[in-house]
Amino acid sequence: MNILGLSRFQFAMTTIFHFFYVPLSIGLALCVAVMETIYVFKKDEIYLKMARFWGKIFLLSFAVGVVTGIIQEFQFGMNWSNYSRFMGDIFGAPLAIEALLAFFLESVFIGAWMFTWNRFKPGIHAMFMWLTCLGSILSAIWILAANSFMQHPTGFEIDTKTGHVRLRNFWDVLGNPQLWRQFPHVLFAAVLTGAMVILGMAAFGLLHKKTQSSESDRVFYTKSVRFSAVVALIGAILSIYAGDLQTQFVVHDQPMKFAATEALYKDSGDPASWSVISLINEKDKTSHGIEVPYMLSLLTYHQTTGSVKGMNTINKELHAKYDSKFGKDMNYYVPVNVLFWSFRFMAAVGFAAALVSILALWGTRKNKNTLYKTKWLLWIIGVCTFLPFIGNTGGWLITELGRYPWLVYGMLTIADGVSPTATVPSLFFTNLVYFLLFLVIGAVMITYSRRVLYQGPDGDGKIPARKGSLISDVESEQSKLANRSVSLA
Amino acid sequence: MSVLQIIWFCVVALLFAVFLLLEGFDFGVGMATRFMAENDTERQLYLRSIGPHWDGNEVWLITAGGAMFAAFPMWYASLFSGYYIPLFLVLVALILRGVSFEFASHALTVRERSLWQWANFVGSMFAPFFLGMMLTSLIQGVPMDAQGNAWLGFFDIVNGLSVVGGIAVVYFSLLHGLHFLSLKLEKDHARHMLNASSKLYWIAYPALVAFVVLALIFTDFYRVHSITTWLITAIILASTIYGHYSAVKDDGVSAFISSGVTLVGIIAFIFNGMFPRVMVSAGGVHDLLVKDASASPLTLEIMTGVLCVLLPIVLGYIIWSYVMQRGRVSTQTLEHSPYVG
Ligand code: HDD
Ligand code: HEM
Ligand code: HEM
Repeated sequence: MNILGLSRFQFAMTTIFHFFYVPLSIGLALCVAVMETIYVFKKDEIYLKMARFWGKIFLLSFAVGVVTGIIQEFQFGMNWSNYSRFMGDIFGAPLAIEALLAFFLESVFIGAWMFTWNRFKPGIHAMFMWLTCLGSILSAIWILAANSFMQHPTGFEIDTKTGHVRLRNFWDVLGNPQLWRQFPHVLFAAVLTGAMVILGMAAFGLLHKKTQSSESDRVFYTKSVRFSAVVALIGAILSIYAGDLQTQFVVHDQPMKFAATEALYKDSGDPASWSVISLINEKDKTSHGIEVPYMLSLLTYHQTTGSVKGMNTINKELHAKYDSKFGKDMNYYVPVNVLFWSFRFMAAVGFAAALVSILALWGTRKNKNTLYKTKWLLWIIGVCTFLPFIGNTGGWLITELGRYPWLVYGMLTIADGVSPTATVPSLFFTNLVYFLLFLVIGAVMITYSRRVLYQGPDGDGKIPARKGSLISDVESEQSKLANRSVSLA
Repeated sequence: MSVLQIIWFCVVALLFAVFLLLEGFDFGVGMATRFMAENDTERQLYLRSIGPHWDGNEVWLITAGGAMFAAFPMWYASLFSGYYIPLFLVLVALILRGVSFEFASHALTVRERSLWQWANFVGSMFAPFFLGMMLTSLIQGVPMDAQGNAWLGFFDIVNGLSVVGGIAVVYFSLLHGLHFLSLKLEKDHARHMLNASSKLYWIAYPALVAFVVLALIFTDFYRVHSITTWLITAIILASTIYGHYSAVKDDGVSAFISSGVTLVGIIAFIFNGMFPRVMVSAGGVHDLLVKDASASPLTLEIMTGVLCVLLPIVLGYIIWSYVMQRGRVSTQTLEHSPYVG
């Protein structure tokens, strides 16, 4: 692989890994904040227990989100220095504001939340989580502002001396129509992610042997199931709705991306039919799908008529538009297979999540709560823990790969953005280390989440070497400490 | 050079300084878990003392990086791409350290927890080392081209001055951490910390002398900005001596302030010497200057407005969080307010 390939691989790997945890943190922060707030108002202890328990999963996710975020912040300079030079005037400000406005808020109040359970009134303590949650949502807005500029540049001019973009109107950058479609979609997807993870884990909790015999654990997990199923359902519906708004925008703004998600090489007929699945040959530029008549017109225009442009036509248009600036040799076809399947997986996740939430609510309805006995359904719900991560990753693959060959749409190609000083051996080395590091961190994260789950809601002992573990070990350590103090004195 | 450009150069310097001032003691505490603590409970205590704050302190680095990107995109691009490997190693160190706090709280056995404590230790030592190395390598002048790309060879990054610089940052972070612990642990432990620091200080003097001599030879700082550079050198020396004196006197507060001043002094030394350059090129042919590296006036204006509004608020709640969580930590603290339980 060359510098470009390795840099792209690295960017994809690190952001995807970061974005496993980002929506999880946002969604869990929201759920925990709501749980704690319900406790404040209803004084029902079980909500306090829920906030504490799911708060632990949140803290795990947050920790990994933070450390992977620092990579993001640095790698624009490290791997994409020419991009940073080109984009700096627009991109730097949101990033700096994100740190000032959002990261301080998150990190300071999460620090306050973790350690002050018995020092503040419950209402104030819940505020800390709300502030953390607010911080994470604000951070999403600002970073997505930068990303939206790359998809749909607004509010800039070209510096004639350097050829770089220069800020012309800050409010246009913030008012970017792409941003106000992307942000709600990402936010609701995050809500869905957090809730689905609670839902899935609670299902595993119900399946656990200990729970089957403990009434109080069963009540706890059932309550968690009901709570998270409601949130997940809302998240799913809203993210599907917001996704529809995005679609309407992308059709006109980046038609190549849209045509690729539908594997349309030739222009569609009118009315356009929609492929559920398709066999795509990117070399010969052909696709053969199972088609649903009218559907694509409906999805695209919300009416039963209207045709959609295919990639071959769009390719010609792009050449006509950009050849004078970028030359005739540009390839404007995007990776169709990836986009087509990513889109289907993403949308399927939305509908599957909605369905599973409804099933979970049905299984736990008031007069006939049988979910804890329905093993097969619990297994299905449990496996769905992992669904939103597929949806999120699929979404970003569409967004980012569909922008090909641009880094900044219509202005800077990916090849022109990479750091010229990078070398293959060093990139190879860093890719490898990141990969191994992520593997370990991911595995530990899953192991510890399972550990939290199987220790159960009552599992947090008061001793810090806690969780029913080696108390004797702690005692011996403490006596050592005591001896030490004596010798010091 | 416009006024805004100069202001933002100072802001970036200030952000790095505050970062080192605050995260410096976190690093020091992390290192102390191996150098000072004798058992698992003590290590937990040490880490608990910075538990609520370390992430907020790290955000100063993120803000410094972000501010550099916003105000001086060319600088950010050249510095970060040029120092690819050292920065990567900083990242790895920060990752190891960053996850260790949370992961340690989930360990079931003392041995498992010790794994994460080791991760914390290694991260706390290498992050300041590579950062210090990067900054002190930079000031000697590095090979640059007309586009602003820095083409660094191994010996541009690893050389006498940069190794001494890296060690100095690690060393003063450790002292700073010991002083912090002397304020956060119970009295007996506190005395132990200051005792250790007062001994460790003796090694700081030869390191400082070596640093000054190497800087005299390998940088132009004492020529270009002779008065201010000597002044800062004097401040670093004075704060070192006063910190030492305070440690001997068992005065934790003064010792902590002095070591903080020393760390800020190191950053001041570097940024003062570089000005009006942001990247010093070998031979001075392709220096990257403040006036050429900056973002547009409009961006700088907006960022200035944002900073004026947000910084006071941020400082306000950060100070609140330190005041709210003040007091010494003890084994009782560990029992009564572990992470979530
Ligand atoms: C949609 C939301 C979103 C997106 C697209 C990104 N992030 Fe992120 N980031 C967050 C949402 C977020 C968050 C929810 O705010 C995190 C995750 C967990 C956390 O602690 O904060 C976070 C953490 C986080 C941190 C650590 C903050 C701390 O120490 O508290 C940094 C430096 C970044 N991110 C930087 C980036 C950059 C440069 C990105 C561009 C590729 C990026 N993030 C994508
Ligand atoms: C956190 C969510 C994000 C994910 C999961 C994500 C994912 C990806 C993926 C899969 C690629 C394609 C890599 C390739 O070409 O092989 C990519 C490229 C890229 N994205 Fe993102 N992205 C995210 C957010 C952002 C944001 C917020 C920005 C900028 C503000 C950004 C800037 C870039 C850049 C500079 C590239 C490299 C060029 C390229 O290879 O296409 N990304 N990203
Ligand atoms: C039927 C439902 C959905 C539709 C129609 C839809 C539509 C879209 C479209 C068109 C994009 C690309 C936008 C662009 O390139 O600018 C996108 C991106 C994305 N989608 Fe979806 N989506 C749906 C469901 C979901 C679900 C359920 C999730 C999460 C689990 C999700 C997560 C994402 C993410 C994270 C992105 C990338 C960020 C962005 O550009 O918004 N989507 N979606």
